[in-house]
Amino acid sequence: MTTTEHIVVNCTINGEQQVFLANERDSLLEALRDRIGLTGAKEGCNNGNCGACCVNMDGRIVNSCLVMAAECEGAEIRTVEGLASGDQLSPLQNAFLEQAALQCGICTPGFLVAAEALLEQNPDPSEHEIRYWLAGNLCRCTGYDKIIKAVQQAAGQSVV
Amino acid sequence: MVTAQSQPQSAETEKYNVIGTRPIRHDGVDKVTGAAQYGADLNLPGMLAGRVLRSPHAHARIVSIDTSKAEALEGVLAVITNADFPRASDEVIDTGEGTAQLNWVLDNVIASDKVLYKGHAVAAVAATDHHIAEDAIELIDVEYELLTPVLDVRDAMVDGSPLLHESLYTGSMDGSKSDNPSNTASHLQFTKGDLDAGFAEAEVVIEREFETSMAHQGYIEPHNGSAYYRADGTLDIWTSTQGAFVVRDSVAPLLQLSPSQVKVTPMEIGGGFGGKIPVYLEPLAALLSQKTGRPVKLTMNREEVLLATGPTSGTYMRVRMGAKRDGTLVAADVHLAFEAGAYPGSPVGAGAMCALAPYDIPNQRIDGYDVVVNKPKTAAYRAPGAPQSEFATESVLNELAEELGIDPIEIRMKNAAEEGAQRADGFTYGVVGNVECMTAAQESPHWQSELEGPNRGRGVAQGFWFNIGFESSAYAQVNGDGTVPLVLGSTDIGGTRASLAMQLAETLGISAEEVRPHVVDTNSVGYTQVTGGSRTTFAGGWAAYETAMDIRRQMEERAAVIWECDASDVTYGDDAIIRGPADEDGNDQQLTFKELAAQLASTGGHIVGRADVNKTSSGPAFATHIVDVEVDPDTGKVDILRYTAVQDAGTAIHPAYVEGQMQGGVAQGVGMALNEEYYYDDSGDLKNASLLDYRMPTALDLPMIEPIIVEVPNPGHPYGVRGVGEVPIIPPAPAVRAAIANAIGVHMSELPMSPRAILEATVLEE
Repeated sequence: MTTTEHIVVNCTINGEQQVFLANERDSLLEALRDRIGLTGAKEGCNNGNCGACCVNMDGRIVNSCLVMAAECEGAEIRTVEGLASGDQLSPLQNAFLEQAALQCGICTPGFLVAAEALLEQNPDPSEHEIRYWLAGNLCRCTGYDKIIKAVQQAAGQSVV
Repeated sequence: MVTAQSQPQSAETEKYNVIGTRPIRHDGVDKVTGAAQYGADLNLPGMLAGRVLRSPHAHARIVSIDTSKAEALEGVLAVITNADFPRASDEVIDTGEGTAQLNWVLDNVIASDKVLYKGHAVAAVAATDHHIAEDAIELIDVEYELLTPVLDVRDAMVDGSPLLHESLYTGSMDGSKSDNPSNTASHLQFTKGDLDAGFAEAEVVIEREFETSMAHQGYIEPHNGSAYYRADGTLDIWTSTQGAFVVRDSVAPLLQLSPSQVKVTPMEIGGGFGGKIPVYLEPLAALLSQKTGRPVKLTMNREEVLLATGPTSGTYMRVRMGAKRDGTLVAADVHLAFEAGAYPGSPVGAGAMCALAPYDIPNQRIDGYDVVVNKPKTAAYRAPGAPQSEFATESVLNELAEELGIDPIEIRMKNAAEEGAQRADGFTYGVVGNVECMTAAQESPHWQSELEGPNRGRGVAQGFWFNIGFESSAYAQVNGDGTVPLVLGSTDIGGTRASLAMQLAETLGISAEEVRPHVVDTNSVGYTQVTGGSRTTFAGGWAAYETAMDIRRQMEERAAVIWECDASDVTYGDDAIIRGPADEDGNDQQLTFKELAAQLASTGGHIVGRADVNKTSSGPAFATHIVDVEVDPDTGKVDILRYTAVQDAGTAIHPAYVEGQMQGGVAQGVGMALNEEYYYDDSGDLKNASLLDYRMPTALDLPMIEPIIVEVPNPGHPYGVRGVGEVPIIPPAPAVRAAIANAIGVHMSELPMSPRAILEATVLEE
């Protein structure tokens, strides 16, 4: 065991400048939740297998449990808390509600962040492309049907 | 502004205003914006972080525990072991979906003299930071004396097997105990008719053996538990639980507190499926808080969840079934041996009652054994016990149909249990939708379609689950603007705020959006049983209905005050119009709900409607599933090509969430069928304790799951609700097994039917 160092990190989170003091052992997920107070990203596995902690970092979706907080100097980070503008939900958030695409809701923040990145990159994905993209996010409640349909709805596709 | 899905109501629910529609769930916005507060999201001033030290061994005696180095670490405020808890008696307490001896509840929370599975908690620390807590548990020295682990249910039952508990004797249904201690905690038996005579009558008999692996509920949110013990002796607990009152009534005796000293606030819960009924972290957090005088939060990581919580039983099962040539089932003999894990209490009883439940078979014997092994104590998992037992029986029935050349749905219809049929455990069915599900499956586009191509096959299976009722509490006030806050005791694990609010709204004649449901702590609502057993929309909905009826009655009284008439002359209509006698001029007097709501303050104050129900009835649920698979003969991998799930919901209150329960149940059932297993080595080390290696279905592993909701209203509920959550996990495994057999001619005898298992079976057949 070594003495713990603390590191000052400057970054942008959901459009706001943030400065925080990270424990050198903190992951980005721990920093978001414990240092900054943004608890929307969830810990499901802490080793990159469930996607509940997905955030957008410099345009890429990352499992924030696998990113060290100290790596975030200068980064632009977007979390589920940054998807809505004021009281206006994003089309994807609306679609999740209208399609009943969540049950317990613990995986929802990760799915929303991941699906938003998909639609930015591929605005008209096929069902297979949606399933492939979201295969890194586990949901144990829905069987995925309604999540896929919500993404299709947000992409402007007709949903049966 | 989001709007509800505008799909038409079903034929059964057209008569309702709210029931059968698809409003946006009331907690939805919080759950898509990250605002919803789950247990791990809680952060209180001065809160400490806890961590648990767990056993690296499956079976060992604890010789000594030295916590001194951990205690000396800067930032560590407390270290506890079992010895720090008050001595627990062997009194039996209600643990939600079952009962357990208090001392075994404590020993499972934190080991006393022995560790009984890898991951068994041994000590816990509280520190100023979770990194320090992680370091501290590494500094605790535990000396173990290794014992031989017992890992297989059949080995455990053999005389002379190493014993987990010297004080455990086999209990029988007549209350007697075995002469010698045993790993078999209990034996139960249900019989009906004359088994030998039945088999003598049979023209075809098939007997098969099955083994299934332990499987985990797999909720995405790991367990959490926070506590704050104050100097006045009151204890607050915040936790993601399916049953806040179960937590209260478990923690209080473990700390020798009165339940009135303990307040449990249920946080949002990230899945449970039965696995978040028992207490694990809450008693540890409570004692750590008592020791430090500060709030303490404990969370598990995923490895701990897989090692030390849940799972459902692994089993060994044997089924012999006899039929006449025309497909009439005449006899069935079922042997079920279920792993309970380290302490008694597998779901073998429910498994035994469900095993042959869809069928009216005159001669039956069902034996069940509850057996302890050196694996984690099992917890309820969605229709606990039934996915295993019905896998065995449905599989043998499918083979009988194949042998007799009878369509698998036809043979089920021929033997289907209908109103008046009695199970071997004595229960007699009322109105059930068993045959209606089979008919809907036969008529489905899926069953009517042709399946072509090599290595492809189709399978079908039936499922049964009881559903339960019991205690639910609710109350609601009427605001001056006509909105109605509804206070609920049931934690909302998947949309029950909506399904209960809708039943209140229907009864009052207002919209679902005008109801504001809230889930509250144990001091703020009456006793409510767990969110489990598919009981919440049934019993909680009944409480919401009674609450609304109480409001209707009180509003009639208020209208009578305004109209200066007798309350018996006022009628609250289903259209939310309150009508009184004609006035002096002969004009009809009426008030809308909103108009009267605005006058409540001036007619005696706002009103609160309330209800506490305890329903011992239930509405049994049946399901019929159809699946098409393709088997890769080179790798043994099975792909699900198409899936249709038919289910009797009684009445589908919110059809989108009923569909969601069906689709989610299928996904878990498919996981259990194809991939999910607890993989132990000979030392009892779980080798796949991560979500990479404990392989749950991803979005890419499943097709769309087509739900067909059948509605045969339950006559024992004001709105015909049956409960929907559990039955859909049951048919997938036997349906997939039948589809694999149809595809490649191999009848599997184990779960999961993983690529390894399929390749081994294929090679053996060749």
